[in-house]
Amino acid sequence: MSETADPPVLHARALRKEYGKGEGLVRAVDGVDLDIRAGETVAIMGPSGCGKSTLLHLLGGLDRPSGGEVLLNGRRIDNLSEKALARMRRTDVSYVFQSFHLMEELTAVENVELSALLAGCSPRTARRRAEELLDQLGLAGRSKFLPSALSGGQRQRVAVARALSNEPLVVLADEPTGNLDSAATLDVLQLFDELHEYGQTLVIVTHDARIAATADRMFSMRDGVLIDETRLTGGTNGKLGALVGLED
Amino acid sequence: MGRILLVVRLALRDLRQRRTEAALLMIAILAATTTLTLGLVLREAASDPYESTRAATNGPDVVAHVARPTDLALLEELATASGVTAHSGPYPVIAGRLQAAGRTSDVQVEGRDATIAAVDQPEVTQGSWVSGGQVVLEAAFADALDVNVGDPVTLGGKSFTVAGVAVTAAMPPHPAASCIVTTGCVNGAIPQGRNLPARLLHNPGLVWLTQAEVRSLALTQGPMSYVTNLKLADPGDTQAFVAANSGALIMQTWQDILAEATDLAKDSQILLLIGAWLLGLLAIASLSVLVGGRMADQTRRVGLLKAVGGTPGLVAAVLLAEYLLVALIAAAAGLVIGALTAPLLTESSAGLVGSAGTPSLTWSTIGLVTAVALGVAVVATAVPAVRGARSSTVSALANAARPPRRTGWLIAVSTRLPVPLLLTLRLTARQPRRVVLGVVSIGVTVSGIYVLLALNTFLGDQPGTGAYSEAQVIVLRHVLGVWMGVLLALAAVNAIVITWATVLDNRHSSALTRALGATPGEMSTALAVAQVLPAFAGAVLGLPGGFALFAAINAITGGDGDRAVLPSLWQLLTLVVGTVFAVAVLTTVPACIGGRRPVTETLQAEPA
Repeated sequence: MSETADPPVLHARALRKEYGKGEGLVRAVDGVDLDIRAGETVAIMGPSGCGKSTLLHLLGGLDRPSGGEVLLNGRRIDNLSEKALARMRRTDVSYVFQSFHLMEELTAVENVELSALLAGCSPRTARRRAEELLDQLGLAGRSKFLPSALSGGQRQRVAVARALSNEPLVVLADEPTGNLDSAATLDVLQLFDELHEYGQTLVIVTHDARIAATADRMFSMRDGVLIDETRLTGGTNGKLGALVGLED
Repeated sequence: MGRILLVVRLALRDLRQRRTEAALLMIAILAATTTLTLGLVLREAASDPYESTRAATNGPDVVAHVARPTDLALLEELATASGVTAHSGPYPVIAGRLQAAGRTSDVQVEGRDATIAAVDQPEVTQGSWVSGGQVVLEAAFADALDVNVGDPVTLGGKSFTVAGVAVTAAMPPHPAASCIVTTGCVNGAIPQGRNLPARLLHNPGLVWLTQAEVRSLALTQGPMSYVTNLKLADPGDTQAFVAANSGALIMQTWQDILAEATDLAKDSQILLLIGAWLLGLLAIASLSVLVGGRMADQTRRVGLLKAVGGTPGLVAAVLLAEYLLVALIAAAAGLVIGALTAPLLTESSAGLVGSAGTPSLTWSTIGLVTAVALGVAVVATAVPAVRGARSSTVSALANAARPPRRTGWLIAVSTRLPVPLLLTLRLTARQPRRVVLGVVSIGVTVSGIYVLLALNTFLGDQPGTGAYSEAQVIVLRHVLGVWMGVLLALAAVNAIVITWATVLDNRHSSALTRALGATPGEMSTALAVAQVLPAFAGAVLGLPGGFALFAAINAITGGDGDRAVLPSLWQLLTLVVGTVFAVAVLTTVPACIGGRRPVTETLQAEPA
């Protein structure tokens, strides 16, 4: 289930994540092999509870696997210390969550610059970069707003801007449109399309077939196992909205 | 009735579910109620033994003495004065030196009859009353000299056997005895380098011989004075009697003797009461943090109660009930512990009947301690309870957390700091009230320690220079020890509770920050430093607070503040640094646990 033309930016081999013991043992991720090339958009699809979010957490070093290995840009990360994983998340991997996970007491621009500040950027550089990103995402006029004053789509855009602030190798998105209405979903899809054109590597976990259809490749997941891989073309034609039926 | 049952049942169930928090609540209130009980019980203990002694010895209302035999007629005239219902004496008194078990001490020797006196018949606690060739020692004096019945002593060059040990209400116990000899006395330690006049008695004890032996000793020991003990028709109006009959007579009322006899117990009581109020403040800080954190967790429970028809009043009653229940239990436990511990702090008064073990609870003490415990619980609980009761049912059911506070300038400042400090400031900015509680808690603790340091230095000088004997210093040191122990224990509980509450309240933001690249070490450091910074501020503010508290104690006890040795600069620096270090150590474990909580679990479990 992998593409071997270029060295993969993200590589998982026999990846496993188990919870519990004995009869209560649950295999959330059960021997997953996966290669993702730079610039590729990959969708992982499956019903709730199939293990796709867990897989995403393992790929980004947010959780530790029970077995197998994960390599990011050729470097094995599953055996790194918590500290090293944290440093890696500052620069190489970033997340977009379904429920946005913005700091409620920080304005949009302060949320976006947080990753850069954690990575050691100067306050001025971090703020400039955050404002540029918000501008590019159409939120320049909302940069001083608190999350509570933003719509769902705007909040997710802020979360995406935060994910991009350190120019990561890979953006991992966990049900990024799960909490959004149709209009906001379209907004986010168009945003991902732009990121794709820009060459950003994206891994999107979703149970929505319309979202998955926008990727270069789509994997189906059941009971912790990737059971099917589909190569798509919709993700590269720039007509995402039309493709998924969200616009004419 | 049904509602009350429901409220009690819900309160009990919730307490059972959260045993650790209930235990912490209990400790906080218990510390305050125990200390308050000790203080109040000692107040009773201060006067009870004297009252018992007065009753047992038919103690005098007024003690009068004259320094010259020529004034003896004045005493005889006084015995028949208006208002006098009974009297004993005049008895001859001389100054002397007593040698016993290799020790020598100044004494006032009073000549008494072998028969029982109508007023002030000393109560023999060991042995028997005076007879020829035998001496009876005042109990506290015998205790200090370690002399027992049957021991030989020498008085004025003559040998006597100790017939007994007795207590009297006509004079404060040794070493606070009043002076009834012609030569004069001085109590307390003599500062080094100062010589007293040769004949002046120093810390004299009181002994009784037969009148005949006193008169015989007077031939070689010097002039006699005379003392008469009077009972008045109105014991409460001794001042008027003294004013009407003064002149060449020197008179002392039973109220004066009581004040001097119970001076030490009163000082202990003042220290404990001040300690109790400090601990009460700490308990409020503790409770506020615990209750605040707990109320946040109870949002959904409040929503459920309201959804099934609970009125805001019922909801508030349920939330308040469990804290009041804990406060009641803590008050009861505090009363028992305080009453049982108090005798350990009153053992100095061997010169009074039943002075050890007599402290007992009165209804006023029980009422006051219970009221304070309930008051502490209500003060700490009322605001969050009312807020919870007034919250919207829908948002409570949805468990919608209150958004954290935004302190814009602090967020702006934090961007210029290293990552751990950036996170620290933002944690601080989210919970400003908790930071204030942390500062107050440490400030109160450091103020208490400041006072303890000053008092400890003061007591250290006492056996050499002050008004307290070594035994009394030991008792007061016990009191300070109790105070210090409880204060430090409660401060430690506070530091841990505040840190843990911060960890719990910030679990989502901590997990998110780690997902964005903060290391567990940076997060743990931030959580710990968020406690250490308020601790530093509290420690610094506690120093002037301690100075003010010490001044207040001086004012209340009538102490000589100018003579007190305040903590030195190095002691103050050590206190601040030590406090900050202690807080850092105490908060390390909860901060480390908080900084290493699994990120994914928290982010999946909690909404943004």
